[in-house]
Amino acid sequence: MATAVQAKQQPGILTMAAKRRQEAIAGLTFMLPAMIIFLIFLIIPIGAALYISFTDWNGISPVLEEGAYDYVGTANYSDLLRGYHVEDGREVSAAIRQRDFFIALKNTVYYVIGVVPVQTLIALVLAVIVNQRWLKAKGFFRTAFYFPSITSSVVISLIFMFMFSRGGLVNQAIGGVLAGYSDNYINWLDDPRGLVHLILEPLGVTRASAGSWAGNRTLGLTGWEWISGPSITLLTIMILNVWTTIGTMMIIFLAALQNIPGHVYEAAAIDGANAWNVFRKITVPLLRPTIFFVVTLGLIGTFQVFDQVYVISSGGPAKTTLTVAYMVFQNGFDRSAMGLASATALVLFVIIFTFSILQRVVVRERAD
Amino acid sequence: MTSALDSQQVAGSGGRSIIRTAFAGLGWGVLIMFALIEILPFVFTVANSFKCLPAVQRFPAALIPSFSTSECVNEEGRPLPADEVANEVTFSPTLQGYDEIFDAQLPRWFFNTAFVAVIITVLRLAIDSLAGYALARIKFPGNRLFFFVILGTMMVPVIVLLIPRFIILKQFGILNTYQGLILPLAADAFGIFLMKQFFESVPGEIEEAAMVDGASRLTMFLRVILPMATPALTALAIFSFQGAWNDFLMPLIILSGNRELWTLPVGLAFLRGAYGETLRWHAFLAGSVLTTLPLALIFFYFQRYFVEGISYSGLKG
Repeated sequence: MATAVQAKQQPGILTMAAKRRQEAIAGLTFMLPAMIIFLIFLIIPIGAALYISFTDWNGISPVLEEGAYDYVGTANYSDLLRGYHVEDGREVSAAIRQRDFFIALKNTVYYVIGVVPVQTLIALVLAVIVNQRWLKAKGFFRTAFYFPSITSSVVISLIFMFMFSRGGLVNQAIGGVLAGYSDNYINWLDDPRGLVHLILEPLGVTRASAGSWAGNRTLGLTGWEWISGPSITLLTIMILNVWTTIGTMMIIFLAALQNIPGHVYEAAAIDGANAWNVFRKITVPLLRPTIFFVVTLGLIGTFQVFDQVYVISSGGPAKTTLTVAYMVFQNGFDRSAMGLASATALVLFVIIFTFSILQRVVVRERAD
Repeated sequence: MTSALDSQQVAGSGGRSIIRTAFAGLGWGVLIMFALIEILPFVFTVANSFKCLPAVQRFPAALIPSFSTSECVNEEGRPLPADEVANEVTFSPTLQGYDEIFDAQLPRWFFNTAFVAVIITVLRLAIDSLAGYALARIKFPGNRLFFFVILGTMMVPVIVLLIPRFIILKQFGILNTYQGLILPLAADAFGIFLMKQFFESVPGEIEEAAMVDGASRLTMFLRVILPMATPALTALAIFSFQGAWNDFLMPLIILSGNRELWTLPVGLAFLRGAYGETLRWHAFLAGSVLTTLPLALIFFYFQRYFVEGISYSGLKG
């Protein structure tokens, strides 16, 4: 503190105003490299994505030349969300675009609601156990759980393909335990059957017996298609995702658990609380901000699933692993529909953004 | 750090100690099961990468290499059947898979990945720490605005930036080049945030002392502040290197037209597409091992920084 006062009392050669100017120049100079990168590769692209989504640019004709694209207004969004757009006063159908988009959205939502709760719960349980004082070899378990997180998504996908292939280790292992399974291997990497359909089948509920709603189309998909659940192949990718992420999530939980002061638990013990009540009434409420953080991370990650789909299934079989992010790539780079792809990406952005804000609001409320 | 179950010991009674033991046993069981689930796939990957192709899909899978290596083919050049190169427990190790993946340009991909990852890491260390320091310590117009802009970009998914970045790189004429891959990643919001947070924890007296000596901001930053930031810089370096090494979507778009510059993930994904259903598993697994090895070494050496960095990002939530 003493030096601080002295420094201010010694103006030296510089006046206060000159000093402030010098600081401003220093600050802006230090920021400059980062701001250039952010401007060119983050801020301008966000604006550009919005602009492109209102055009029919094909990605090939030079974008700055005249006539490279037409301005089409909200046609791309209309195609995706309503299945048609209006051109010169008449309706142009885009039923396939709408259908593909809602198939992708349906798959992505099944993916998210399957993966996020499961990975959060497993990570929390593992963290609570690793945090116990009686546990030896904490470091070993932490390393074992975290190791998959450092590995390339492409490598993980290849390893999972290897293990889940028809004659692979997973099927062989199940066959070793389950009599009769070897005649009827599940084709994990190429099975479009929906999980919910598979559960309903033995209960005698089929598309024909389900009632008229099963055949009615909403947003391009029949009721029966909507309730399909994730396909076996999508389920395999979901297992992969959970397997990869629980390590990171566990370490985040563990850090938060270690921040809970010991006297909180001691007080509970004096009051005679049992382990389950301590977990439910003390640990979970204190971890609430961390839980929401982990869920937000999970949402942002799973809504964008791409790498694993690209390597393992390319959207198949029967489009059951087509996700919104994969659809953006496919429309933009395989089908040269950059405008449509940009619109798809922005719709996904809005969905992710809404969920993130929702999480933030909840965290704030709980924190107060 | 007293935990729920320890608390019961405090309350301790005879009946409870049995419950406690049962809980501990259950806890160990769960942890060991998940540790096996997380680690066994890697054990299988390493073991199978050293097997002859027919032995790769043999079950039960042998995990122990025998002392006799195998060429995988008989005198006529035909592949040996699985039973001759492996049994239930041991297998004859071979480098067939590694030879095959080396012939498929893996050394080239390896070099590209390492080169790009190192340059990105160095650039981020410089650019992120400068920006982080300015935001933490220097009063200048727009300080808070810059901070919120940078924070805001963390919310933008890569998929939204995919197409515009492709266009911008194309306009600059650096699509299919190293620069095209490096420049968009030369600074990142997480890194700036991390460095800002660190510099805020440095006591102000240190800077004031340097100021009295007449040091400029840059001299002070380079000579006094940066040497103190080694832990934060190490964490940033590790995360940047790991991210750049594993990055897939952007390199896939940026490098699709230039095979010479492919990175490991792009190369492996391409091979997967090219081989189709007839997967050359021993080669893929060899490629997987070589792709993971450098990160594994860094991870085991710098484990503390990984864990601290992750926990740190978590506590910010």
